[in-house]
Amino acid sequence: MTMSVAVDDGVGYEAQSLASEAGPATRRVVVGYGFWIFLLSDIVMFSAFFAAYAVLAHATAGGPSGMQLFNQRSVAIETGCLLASSYTCGLMSMAIGSRRYGATYLAALVTFVLGAAFLALELKEFAGMIAIGAGPQRSAFLSSFFTLVGCHGLHVTAGLVWLVVMMAQVSIKGLTATVERRLLCFSLFWHALDIVWVWLFTVVYLMGVLS
Amino acid sequence: MTDTRYDSAPGEASDLPDAEEDAPSGMLVYSIGLVLAVGLTAMSFWVANTSLLWVGGISLGLTVLAIAQMGIHLVFFLHVTTGPDNTNNVMALAFGVLIVALVVVGSLVIMADLNDNMMPGAELMNLQMQR
Repeated sequence: MTMSVAVDDGVGYEAQSLASEAGPATRRVVVGYGFWIFLLSDIVMFSAFFAAYAVLAHATAGGPSGMQLFNQRSVAIETGCLLASSYTCGLMSMAIGSRRYGATYLAALVTFVLGAAFLALELKEFAGMIAIGAGPQRSAFLSSFFTLVGCHGLHVTAGLVWLVVMMAQVSIKGLTATVERRLLCFSLFWHALDIVWVWLFTVVYLMGVLS
Repeated sequence: MTDTRYDSAPGEASDLPDAEEDAPSGMLVYSIGLVLAVGLTAMSFWVANTSLLWVGGISLGLTVLAIAQMGIHLVFFLHVTTGPDNTNNVMALAFGVLIVALVVVGSLVIMADLNDNMMPGAELMNLQMQR
């Protein structure tokens, strides 16, 4: 008797643990996985810019170095904005999961405002650097800096546009399965951008001000 | 027993039955992640600015803190787990990490080696790093 129970348990475990034998995956899983692959390839592209920056970080050609240019206070505020917007993006995913439209719009609005604040601070920093003659054409260090940080900024801009489009879709189409899949991809994208920023502020801004 | 179970999509909380029993709510997971990430960020900024630590170890410390924070983001925000429904996501992630490490470490090693092998003394020859 006990023997057969044990065998049953074993079979149950087998049947549960083999996800690959459950037949074709749902559309949601396939779409999410495809977007996951895209994000990883995007991060590989970022790694090439990181490698270029790391190699050229000291090639200032007599121009200003990172220690003279970077303002840690504004970087700390930018980091806080992006981290908080990642959190509110997570809250938005939960609101979508429980079909609360008001909470979804509110979380999306906060996410958008925090992302826009990040972008405004970054553009202000870029404008200040160009104004004192430290534009991308000044040295190899500054070229790679503007390419790397600007590429991340472009991704954030694209994310903000995407968020607005998604909210328009939620209000017009409602939270259909298609819209929900797109929102899953958006939250993946936004969290991945935050991961890239962690890497970026450590390598560029914090290591850049070390002597 | 006849329940079919699929892999979970990336970024989605795992819905394994054994994980559901005392799993914390999504709100709590995101909040724990936020607190840990803020703590690690604050520590990074402190490490970069303090004069209490040995200067030579600061870059290494910053690297460790950054990698820890990326791990926090992956686990608490992107819900990457070690569960059987997450195997494909983790394998793709591992491949991505491998390529990133090859590109970054490979570039740094090759360029440092190239600089070392340049003619000694002449700043003109040091084309990669015009200081």
